[in-house]
Amino acid sequence: MSNNEQSLLSVRNLYKRFDISGGLLDQIKFSGGKFSREITLVKALNNVSLEIKQGETFSVVGESGCGKSTLGRTIMGLYPPNSGEIYFNGDRLDQLSPKEMLPYRSRMQMVFQDPYASLNPRKTIKQTLEEPLKYHNPQMNAGELRDRVEEVLLQVGSDPKWVTRMPHEFSGGQRQRISIARALVVDPEFIVADEPISALDVSIQAQILNLLMDAQEQRNLTYLFVAHDLSVVEHISTNVAVMYLGTVCELADTKLLFEDPKHPYTMALLSAIPRLDGKKSERLKLTGEVPTPINLPTGCVFHGRCPYANSRCIAEIPELKTHSDGRKIACHAVEEERIR
Amino acid sequence: MSSLLEVKDLVIKFGLRTGDVTATTGVSFTIEKGEKLGLVGESGAGKSVTGFSIIVLISKPGYVADGHILFKGTDLTKISSEEMRNIRGNRISMIFQDPMMTLNPVLTIGTQMTETLLAHNPKMSMKEASEIALEKLRKVHIPSPEKRLEQYPHEFSGGMRQRIIIAIALITDPEIIIADEPTTALDVTIQAEIMDLISELCETEDMGFILITHDLAVVASVTENIAVMYAGRIVEKGRTRDVIDNPQHPYTKGLIKALPEGAKGSNRLNQIKGMMPTLTNIPDGCAFNPRCPYVMDICKTDEPSLIQVKGMDTQAACFLCKEEVFTNE
Ligand SMILES: Nc1ncnc2c1ncn2[C@@H]1O[C@H](COP(=O)(O)OP(=O)(O)OP(=O)(O)O)[C@@H](O)[C@H]1O
Ligand SMILES: Nc1ncnc2c1ncn2[C@@H]1O[C@H](COP(=O)(O)OP(=O)(O)OP(=O)(O)O)[C@@H](O)[C@H]1O
Ligand code: SF4
Ligand SMILES: [Mg+2]
Ligand SMILES: [Mg+2]
Repeated sequence: MSNNEQSLLSVRNLYKRFDISGGLLDQIKFSGGKFSREITLVKALNNVSLEIKQGETFSVVGESGCGKSTLGRTIMGLYPPNSGEIYFNGDRLDQLSPKEMLPYRSRMQMVFQDPYASLNPRKTIKQTLEEPLKYHNPQMNAGELRDRVEEVLLQVGSDPKWVTRMPHEFSGGQRQRISIARALVVDPEFIVADEPISALDVSIQAQILNLLMDAQEQRNLTYLFVAHDLSVVEHISTNVAVMYLGTVCELADTKLLFEDPKHPYTMALLSAIPRLDGKKSERLKLTGEVPTPINLPTGCVFHGRCPYANSRCIAEIPELKTHSDGRKIACHAVEEERIR
Repeated sequence: MSSLLEVKDLVIKFGLRTGDVTATTGVSFTIEKGEKLGLVGESGAGKSVTGFSIIVLISKPGYVADGHILFKGTDLTKISSEEMRNIRGNRISMIFQDPMMTLNPVLTIGTQMTETLLAHNPKMSMKEASEIALEKLRKVHIPSPEKRLEQYPHEFSGGMRQRIIIAIALITDPEIIIADEPTTALDVTIQAEIMDLISELCETEDMGFILITHDLAVVASVTENIAVMYAGRIVEKGRTRDVIDNPQHPYTKGLIKALPEGAKGSNRLNQIKGMMPTLTNIPDGCAFNPRCPYVMDICKTDEPSLIQVKGMDTQAACFLCKEEVFTNE
């Protein structure tokens, strides 16, 4: 099998655009005496590359709309990428047909943010949990299915008696346990958890995070974790990628990133975290407006809000470069040693 | 001298077909000029209904069943709706979580700002009102405010929209602002910016500020006083630093320890077992007793009242806390 250094999941130069032009009639524009066709694209992912190792928790952070969910969904094969490559355990996934993708479906699972929307309201918990299991394991008989569902419900700290009940009978925290049970029931190796705790109360968040960490320990699971609560990210992650407008600006070991952020956007983001000890860190304040991913800025996507931007930043896209301490940064100011 | 705002033994009920349910009982707190108070607690604790009731905006079937809300000595629960209209949105303003609850999508920002102002000051000229609107937009750091007055809400980003709401809340120079989760939907960088802005205004305008939120870290970084709510009750109240550094109530302790910062190097987070009761099944005795790691027999039968904790500035409602006995010297 793979050694520790081999990646379970690799993403290389991934691009994802959404066409939001609407129907043909919406696309036709009349200007300068001529009709022309106008296509509006949301540039949600722009040249994203990352490697996720077996057994780690890899987190993606960044402001709303920066492409975190799109990244998770594209990796899961829910959106086809426009270009780039996705490898799982060395196998290339992004060009597979739905049928060829099937064997990977049980090895890769997803947990969604909204515990209210992600469970089918008309299915009992038993149906919700047994269906994916049956689908991926047609040979299992009724008794085996029941045992497996019971085992998973116990693992997520739920009562196996819940199986006959409907989602609306449960609280948000209980539903999120069931969503996690649904992901775990097919015994996956990799889980994309997109804001799995954001809709929950603090005391319940702790329960769900513990559950995710326990499951990881027991099954050597690998997570791609999306969260906007940065203190949670700091607590549970091995590595963190910071995204801005569909681009990775910094990617590093969690401790390194939180102790000594280098990219100006990471600095701004981390210095804005409210802290329980009430201490105010020296804030790096951003100016300017967040641009839309429809009209991506030239050069560095962050240049319009960056206090370190110069003319090169406006013209040239900074490359994500690996530094001697292993972290990756895409910033001209860091490369030019204007930021140390 | 009376306080800027004094809420005394507030009881809010909801009249449901099956009978009345109690959403808050015995909620009391005061705030003074320039003071920032954080009202924290988990979902369903009764934070919003408390906030709404201060401006007598609690919607049916909710109603204030008992208690007093004294604004500079005047009991808001006793005045006419006419008089209340003069206070609400004028001398006491409220900021809601969802900007679209305040903003009208079909009116320009300028119209919305001046309308509020003219409604409360019928003698004011349009020109004067526009001047004030401009000044407030500048105060919340909206660039090129003249141009912005002509624009509609959808032309602003989420963070800007929330700043405009603050500008609207400020337009009448209120004495108190109540903000219900004002930054929950926003990114941390924008949240920090808005919290800085409000703190600055409390200082320069001597405004009282009630911050309603579930986020203890935000409260810690913004407010000087805190009240922690659980199942419709204030379970602990005091200076923010004291309460966070040295919590007295088991619920507050649990809440702080459940945060990643509270894990103290361990990988596992400290969870509180169970969940908050709903209004129809609040347990007898201490409302927290089924989840409390220190529960005693008395907790299941008697309800603890909020007492001054011995040797501290904090008040807590727990039988484990020893009461400070004040004697007349
Ligand atoms: N199905 C879609 N069709 C069109 N545009 C989309 C679609 N999904 C996402 N987008 C756009 O792509 C960009 C990235 O969105 P995405 O949901 O990935 O952001 P995010 O980082 O997950 O944000 P949040 O923190 O708010 O969840 C946004 O501009 C969004 O509007
Ligand atoms: N219109 C209503 N009818 C019946 N019960 C209500 C109504 N509005 C609120 N409640 C109940 O009153 C209690 C307190 O609600 P409130 O909205 O004040 O909670 P909160 O602390 O603001 O929670 P959150 O953090 O979720 O906003 C809850 O149990 C809620 O279900
Ligand atoms: S490349 Fe330039 S604009 Fe981009 S973050 Fe670095 S200094 Fe700022
Ligand atoms: Mg998302
Ligand atoms: Mg509320």
